[in-house]
Amino acid sequence: MLIELRNISKTFDTVQANSGISLVVPPASIQGILGENGAGKSTLMKIFSGFTLPDSGDILLDGERAVIHSPADAIRHGIGMLHQDPLDFPPMRLLDDFLLGREGGLFPDRRGAARAFRELAERFGFVLDPEAWVDSLTVGERQQLEIMRLLWIGSHVLILDEPTTGISLPQKEKLFATLKSLASDGMTILFVSHKLEDVEFLCDSVAILRQGRLVGTAKPPYLTKDLVGMMFGREIAFPERKKSPPGASVLSVNGVSLEGARIRIRGVNIQVRAGEVIGLAGMEGSGQSIFLGACAGLTRPVSGAFCLDERDMTGRSHHDFKREGVAYLPAARLERGLVPGLSLSEHFVLSEKKKGFFIDRRRAKKLSQDRIAAYNIKGEPDSPIESLSGGNQQRMLLALLRDPLSLVLVEHPTRGLDIESTVYIWGKLKERCAGGTSIVFISSDLDEILQYSDRVLVFFAGRVSPPIKAEELSVESLGLLIGGKGWEDFERGEADA
Amino acid sequence: MSGDILLISLAGVLTAAAPVIFAVIGETISERAGIINLSMNGTILLAAMGSFTVALATKSLILGFLAGALIGGFVAAIVAFASVTLRQSQVAVGFVLAVLCRDLSYFLGNPVMGEAGPRLSSSPIPLAASIPILGPLLFRQDVMTYLSILLIPLAWVFVFRTRPGLVLRGIGEKPSAAYVRGANIGRLRYRYAVIGGAIAGLAGPIYSLSVKAGWKGTISGLDGIGWIVLAVTIFGGWNPVRAAFGAYLFSLLQWLGLVLQPAMPGVPAQVLQVAPFPLMILTLLLVNVGNAEWVERSLARLPEPTRRWLSKLLRAMNATPPAALGTPFEDGE
Ligand SMILES: Nc1ncnc2c1ncn2[C@@H]1O[C@H](COP(=O)(O)OP(=O)(O)O)[C@@H](O)[C@H]1O
Ligand SMILES: [Mg+2]
Repeated sequence: MLIELRNISKTFDTVQANSGISLVVPPASIQGILGENGAGKSTLMKIFSGFTLPDSGDILLDGERAVIHSPADAIRHGIGMLHQDPLDFPPMRLLDDFLLGREGGLFPDRRGAARAFRELAERFGFVLDPEAWVDSLTVGERQQLEIMRLLWIGSHVLILDEPTTGISLPQKEKLFATLKSLASDGMTILFVSHKLEDVEFLCDSVAILRQGRLVGTAKPPYLTKDLVGMMFGREIAFPERKKSPPGASVLSVNGVSLEGARIRIRGVNIQVRAGEVIGLAGMEGSGQSIFLGACAGLTRPVSGAFCLDERDMTGRSHHDFKREGVAYLPAARLERGLVPGLSLSEHFVLSEKKKGFFIDRRRAKKLSQDRIAAYNIKGEPDSPIESLSGGNQQRMLLALLRDPLSLVLVEHPTRGLDIESTVYIWGKLKERCAGGTSIVFISSDLDEILQYSDRVLVFFAGRVSPPIKAEELSVESLGLLIGGKGWEDFERGEADA
Repeated sequence: MSGDILLISLAGVLTAAAPVIFAVIGETISERAGIINLSMNGTILLAAMGSFTVALATKSLILGFLAGALIGGFVAAIVAFASVTLRQSQVAVGFVLAVLCRDLSYFLGNPVMGEAGPRLSSSPIPLAASIPILGPLLFRQDVMTYLSILLIPLAWVFVFRTRPGLVLRGIGEKPSAAYVRGANIGRLRYRYAVIGGAIAGLAGPIYSLSVKAGWKGTISGLDGIGWIVLAVTIFGGWNPVRAAFGAYLFSLLQWLGLVLQPAMPGVPAQVLQVAPFPLMILTLLLVNVGNAEWVERSLARLPEPTRRWLSKLLRAMNATPPAALGTPFEDGE
């Protein structure tokens, strides 16, 4: 099927997720959609599959305008999408998940479905038991199940949104073989990824999105440098850096392996020294968040150990970590770090060590005014927390941190903030470093990682690099690592060691 | 002779459980779709009063039962409207309706209070009624009791074996996943909330036209049952068969309370009447203990084989609610 997207635009609140994107995909081909996080790839694909309605724009299938207002419409046109977050039913059996949504009479033909299931699994070499439970599957297997289901309901356009995040290498090879064979059978495939190597290997053509716009297309043979240039879109001067301070070890991570819903991380090793800043780089969902949460005692490691100041903290609760001077600032500010509905001063009271039963209103007010001034927060002690803008909420989180702290774990410290706030917040964080506090932070902004870290851990599909000195990295080399290129050196290093 | 009395009493337990079964299965269907109909207590009272009034005025039992189902469906439609269309809190709306409908039933029911109305008579099934033991237990009941027993397997087959039942489980579990499979979440949630409400609404006329025939206002003895229905739905793990088991357990406990009263003169009557309620809640707690984080943490310290065995047991006992229960779904935009 010949697909034409014309002038697709979509705005969420203030974010222009897609602006005037036009794209033509010839039949029986694999079209790559490449772009960094937040570029608008998923939004475009959700619009094409009827999950999200565009603000404007048209979709043409084989030259005719198609009305796609819901996934049901898309299914009628034979468009099937494998979503970035698996949209399946964990508490069901594979066969039930497989059957759900398939048209038919009152009683589903389970035997026929099981036969179709086995035939499809055999055709692609997937090892799946229809009577097993979905929540017992790995991410890769859940994908296989969903692809089989999409084919069974008769899709002839297949959209895959970041299908290689969180799956193992053999599963990836199997997936690629499957996609190639489907394309040669006449299926049109849209393959969304931020991983250069996947796109380069698989796709007949690549469209690159950046900040909601289509910034270019490319055909093989691909020039990695050009793709990186279009993805990140800027030449950046190297920021000046300080020497990393040789303080005592604050946090040591020894051979830690972790398991999350979508991802498995193996063998992380790092000694974080006092006053040091460690940047965790990688595309979203490559394992950084789980690792950061584990450093705060929120996720227990499958194996390996965490030590704080030489004290073994493996398997202890978040509360114990907090007592040892660890602060955790998650990305979902309002969701986990702040309490909507409470005022600024109530937050300050909550964060103080408990003293007495009644709230000393006057003291609370004084405390709030001091902190609000010290952290330059635009808000009143009595205003509710959700009335603050993102930058001010972030400052609020910093203002709520207690003294003294040995370790601050922060996710996207400046995401979505303007320059002024960014500079301010890093100034405050660096002040703490000077006092001996270490910082581990996640960012998808390469400049931020290079500018503020002493050392960097790169995450890619659950693999974690050894610590790399920030001055040994450039935007290009870091961009390549994040996209999964150049990892052979580490593996060779490991083999040598 | 005392064997006969026991049989008749147990038959009475089946009869008394009938309205609870209707209500519990109705609520189960609604919650499977993701909608908590918290108004249950008010719905049952209003349906009981309304259907009694209709049956009294029209002298038709059938119209009476129909009125009960309509009232149940109507109240559920309000909950669905608030949650699906307005995307407001189901819990708040349901709770207000629970109180509102209860008071409304007392207020509107004043004119018919204490009147003698029609009453559903038992319809023994010809040959089967004379089978020893089973006959008096099962086959000398009234129509609604037969239906309540039939409803259990029917609802189970619908939820777990049919195609629409599969979609029903899907929309309560993960509406986004059902949505990408082509389901119209809003429409289906309306449909199942109203159907579930109508089935639960039948509990009202079963009380006022059969089990506790008549309308006696605040002393009708129906207040509180709706809350137990909600607890039993949870206890039943959103499974019609387990839920029905809970309904029978509750009726049995209530009956024991009545029977034990003369045998235990030292215990105040109120204690025995109220005992079924905390007993039900205790069961609930036991069923759900496996969910707690501290249980998981302490299990982690046990040796591997024991841990696996124990967590399997807990998992089997554990009733996980439909994951999207009570949350609105936003599609498209
Ligand atoms: N449902 C939503 N509500 C608000 N903002 C959204 C929503 N979906 C996406 N966005 C925003 O739109 C932008 C593009 O997101 P997305 O399409 O998911 O990017 P990508 O898939 O390329 O990482 C991001 O800034 C994201 O925060
Ligand atoms: Mg995406």
